[in-house]
Amino acid sequence: MLNPSQKLNPKLWDKDVEQAPIRKGFGEGLLAAAESDERVVGLCADLTESTQMHLFKKKFPDRFIEMGVAEQNLASVASGMAAMGKIPFITSYAMFSPGRNWEQIRTTICYNDMPVKIAGSHAGISVGPDGGTHQAVEDIALMRVIPRMVVISPCDAIEAKKATELSVKIHNPVYIRLAKQNTPIITTLETPFEIGKAQVFFVSIDYDAVSIKKGRVGIVATGALVYKALQAARKLDAEGILVKVLNLATIKPLDTEAIETLAKETGGIVTVEEHQVAGGMGSAVAEHLAQTVPVPIEFIGVQDQFGQSGTPEELLSHYGMGETDIIEAVKRLLERKPF
Amino acid sequence: MSLEYSKVKELELKANDIRQSIIQMLLEAGSGHTAGPLDMADIFTYLYFHALKHNPKNPTWKDRDRLVLSNGHICPVLYSTMAHAGYFPVAELKTLRKFGSRLQGHPHREWLPSLETSSGPLGSGLSQIVGMALADRIDNGRTSGKQFYCLTGDGELDCGQIWEAAMLAGKEKIQNLTVIIDRNNIQIDGFTEDIMPLNPLDDKWRAFGWHVQEIDGHNFDMIDDAVGQAHAVFDRPSVIIANTIASKGVPEFERRFEWHGKPPNKEEADLALRELRTWRGKIKGEHE
Ligand SMILES: Cc1ncc(C[n+]2csc(CCOP(=O)(O)OP(=O)(O)O)c2C)c(N)n1
Ligand SMILES: [Mg+2]
Repeated sequence: MLNPSQKLNPKLWDKDVEQAPIRKGFGEGLLAAAESDERVVGLCADLTESTQMHLFKKKFPDRFIEMGVAEQNLASVASGMAAMGKIPFITSYAMFSPGRNWEQIRTTICYNDMPVKIAGSHAGISVGPDGGTHQAVEDIALMRVIPRMVVISPCDAIEAKKATELSVKIHNPVYIRLAKQNTPIITTLETPFEIGKAQVFFVSIDYDAVSIKKGRVGIVATGALVYKALQAARKLDAEGILVKVLNLATIKPLDTEAIETLAKETGGIVTVEEHQVAGGMGSAVAEHLAQTVPVPIEFIGVQDQFGQSGTPEELLSHYGMGETDIIEAVKRLLERKPF
Repeated sequence: MSLEYSKVKELELKANDIRQSIIQMLLEAGSGHTAGPLDMADIFTYLYFHALKHNPKNPTWKDRDRLVLSNGHICPVLYSTMAHAGYFPVAELKTLRKFGSRLQGHPHREWLPSLETSSGPLGSGLSQIVGMALADRIDNGRTSGKQFYCLTGDGELDCGQIWEAAMLAGKEKIQNLTVIIDRNNIQIDGFTEDIMPLNPLDDKWRAFGWHVQEIDGHNFDMIDDAVGQAHAVFDRPSVIIANTIASKGVPEFERRFEWHGKPPNKEEADLALRELRTWRGKIKGEHE
């Protein structure tokens, strides 16, 4: 069942569950952040509306800079503005920022310890028909490898709004990963959210009743696939498999306590993300658990391939990130668990 | 001028067919870019049906000219022109952007091997064509019979990499390189001169060591003349600033940056096809 303490959307299981693009929450969050903190400025590289910065631009035209199609300049100009006391938000598609301007982000933003907030929209394979050139499935890896960078991958528009507003409260550079397409609304305004804290979104009723780990499985999911992970968990639960689903919105810094607890409780974990398996959220989880609570892990994600054109659903199932893939991974994991 | 009157008429008819296919494929795809493909149809027609040394039946013929589309988002015009030129069946155009199609949302060299490169992320096409031309010069010297063409957007010129490549091509005096800029004055967020002014664009290229021409990108005689001049210049690379009307051919869409990245819906497509079939009402459509 959905974890009642998280106050998730009561209509989550409805067929016509409300949906919104995750990037929309960013746009609203940026506006709210700018209203409460006048240091916030916005810079965009010729994608103002599709990255949802247009709301901010409309309200604060004097604090908005149009950069043109120039993502490397975008990152370093933001660094300069931060050096003068601003809190710059920079937006483009994830493929171009942080895709194209990685070194500028590394040196001029992170190395210099500048509080620049990077919003990468249209991340993941579900960008769809634009094809492989536009499907950023490497961005989590690119960002989490840089010292100081905080990496957040919200699961819905509401969480994106909260993450955006809170990103202003921390000094670090922050990467916020956003999906283009409509995504079910999982959380509510009451759902607690903290940067760096994972949340249990789903837990089987008998999860704590069994004293042995045998039938238990932990799922750690991030971003737009959290909804699919929850749907999979519900089906597995109906089959008698005891599941707990952790929403890992902040990939870095990792909520090590939550991850270790889940690993100890279940003895086996499935990670779910719309990203290359190499270097992504699953890797972060595995790196930590290998040193603390080594357990078998199954990784749902892109297996060292480029994407292609198609509808989001076609692509998610083709590249092994559909609901059935998650269910199968859980069953494989149960076979692998030593106890 | 150098083109025969009958040739001009033939190219005009071909460009019209190519525009109709663009509208049809975008309607079928349900997403994609309209403005750039429509406004570059004349130049693509000229290149594929007159200027390029190529063989659609043997696309990897090694002595062919090379053409790189740097602004990959306008690929509907590339695909449509290539289909009409015989690279693949015109019927395949309706698979644009569909799962498994060779006609990826942005061009993919691996999927459609007759493409010289993949593009979509802006700004890197010029570097690649410069690389191709430099490699050819190593193998065949300065009198190589190949021509190297690169097509770019105007908003795309915001990218710093374009100017890195322009500087190199100027330094290397790559004389068999011709860049054609789709100067349609629009990009995603608005008109180019509001978003990131490019003017004086001709002076910028000249300062980088290029031979510069500015033409009406819808006038086949001028296109022919400019490409001829570009080939004749021996000590510099050439750039042709082709002034085009965004979405050229469908008056209802023309000059509007809103058409950069959306496809027509059914009514808009019907309207566009009617405009194109009747040459803007100049002739009666067969079925009206
Ligand atoms: C590096 C990079 N940044 C951003 C984009 C998104 N984008 C696609 S087309 C475009 C505008 C380009 O303007 P222009 O070259 O004039 O094309 P037109 O709108 O005239 O078709 C942008 C910003 C991209 N494809 N690549
Ligand atoms: Mg343009």
